[in-house]
Amino acid sequence: MIVAVASGKGGTGKTTVAVALARAWGARLLDADVEEPNAHLFLRPEISQTEEIYRMVPVVDEGRCTFCGKCKEICHFSAITVFPGTVLTFPEMCHACYGCLEVCPEEALSEGQVLVGKIFCGRGQGVELAYGALEVGEPMASPLIKALKARYLSPGSVSIIDCPPGTSCAVLTAVRGADFCLLVTEPSPFGLHDLRQAARAVKTLGVPAGVIVNRAGVDYPELHRFLKAEGLPLLLEIPHRREIAEAYARGKSLLEVMPELREALVSLLPSLRRTS
Amino acid sequence: MKEILVVSGKGGTGKTTLCAALAALWEDSKVMVDADVDASNLPLLLSPRLLERTPFFAGWQPVRDEEKCTACGTCREKCRFEAIGEDLEIDLLACEGCGVCAWFCPEEAIRMDEKEVGEVYLSETPYGPLVHAELYPGEENSGKLVAEVKKRARRLAEEKGVGCIFLDGPPGVGCPVIASLSGVSLCLLVTEPTISGLHDVKRLAALLRHFKVPGYLVLNKADLAPDLAEEMLAFAREEGLPHLGSIPYDPEVFRALHQAKPLPEVSQAPAAKAVREIKNRLEKILEEVAT
Repeated sequence: MIVAVASGKGGTGKTTVAVALARAWGARLLDADVEEPNAHLFLRPEISQTEEIYRMVPVVDEGRCTFCGKCKEICHFSAITVFPGTVLTFPEMCHACYGCLEVCPEEALSEGQVLVGKIFCGRGQGVELAYGALEVGEPMASPLIKALKARYLSPGSVSIIDCPPGTSCAVLTAVRGADFCLLVTEPSPFGLHDLRQAARAVKTLGVPAGVIVNRAGVDYPELHRFLKAEGLPLLLEIPHRREIAEAYARGKSLLEVMPELREALVSLLPSLRRTS
Repeated sequence: MKEILVVSGKGGTGKTTLCAALAALWEDSKVMVDADVDASNLPLLLSPRLLERTPFFAGWQPVRDEEKCTACGTCREKCRFEAIGEDLEIDLLACEGCGVCAWFCPEEAIRMDEKEVGEVYLSETPYGPLVHAELYPGEENSGKLVAEVKKRARRLAEEKGVGCIFLDGPPGVGCPVIASLSGVSLCLLVTEPTISGLHDVKRLAALLRHFKVPGYLVLNKADLAPDLAEEMLAFAREEGLPHLGSIPYDPEVFRALHQAKPLPEVSQAPAAKAVREIKNRLEKILEEVAT
């Protein structure tokens, strides 16, 4: 079973929840927030495997090129352009669709590589963790997220995916194929606005979803009205307490501050199994 | 014209709260921008009145003419994104819009249509004009939408003879952040003394160095972990990120959020006071910055 933890808004507690669940369930954890991965700061794993991930970009052999312009014509991303006597590529725009390589009549284009990021794998606090770290300056997160999932999702057992914030393509790449999506939010206008967007995004994938409210305590009826109208179950509330924020600051797990939550987290798994 | 971008690496550190507070405190005319197009929260604090809404098109999507299609399967064979299933159904969520399927279809049964991926808004607020946007959930091209929002804000600022643009940036270090960085005068890095905050701000600082953008550190929730705060400030000194100010952990901030108003308008508490000091220092720094 694959459970994705997403949120829309950043800083609502995705990683806090994902790490606590991985410990409570003895599940494998994939940190797919590759722009800013944080789960390893809490699990402090001993890294046993590191792998560099590359994406394909075209390389031009100007000796063979006749500057016919077919490559420029097929490219929908403006990643390659042709002037009389020279061809320019823009690797940061390229989506690796292989269109230019396929249309070149002179076979003047070949496969090059750009480093997207690295994947690290290791064990910490009883949890098997794999996480991606995007190269700084590299714009595209999705290829790294795909590679992380292709290598480390374990069929047959439980895997948790800690997703990036937002609701764009990177989030869908992370959530796609999950059996359930936990949406972590906070009872505030920001939390609700972004939860609305995230719930819509997850719905387009057809993945069933439920909500965990972090920093609970203030009365915010709009949130509950939204959950009811959307038929989103409220699965758990985590109170708003300074001790939790302080523990988080130092990389302590939620379960260390609130061991009483363990039971609720453990019993979440069978109920997700029933709804997914 | 001066552009000030508020970024953080990690989400939820207080970018929007700071940006809204600056909007309320800044006396000179300015244009506000929400560049976090997939979780656009700045409008929630600025009481905007919508003036203009324009659809935003970016990228392409395949449309198949079933009459012409002979189900030969060439499209599926050529697609690198597993976006065409065994039944030759096109999965638009997996599709990246490369058009390779359309190009190679022997029957010319696939055409590529431009795709509407979001909306750009111009609003009026008590603090000046606000340019914002919404990326439709799950869409690509957030970077292009960010670039569009910035372009409009610059045009508006020029028309109105406004000297400053304040941008509330996206989290992370990827495509939307890179798009929001282009042409800014300086960045405010809003962070918090947590191990995640420290880890993420290091990556963000590396990104700013890469693109040669000057950064200033704002430490939020500063008293949450004094030793980590010290570590953060030491890092900022090493990295050449001047410390613009610190904001204490203050429950008033969460309360202000619920009133949907900029912090200084509803609170005189320590956090609001700290934000005023930050605004004063920023004003002095901007006097030195060339436009």
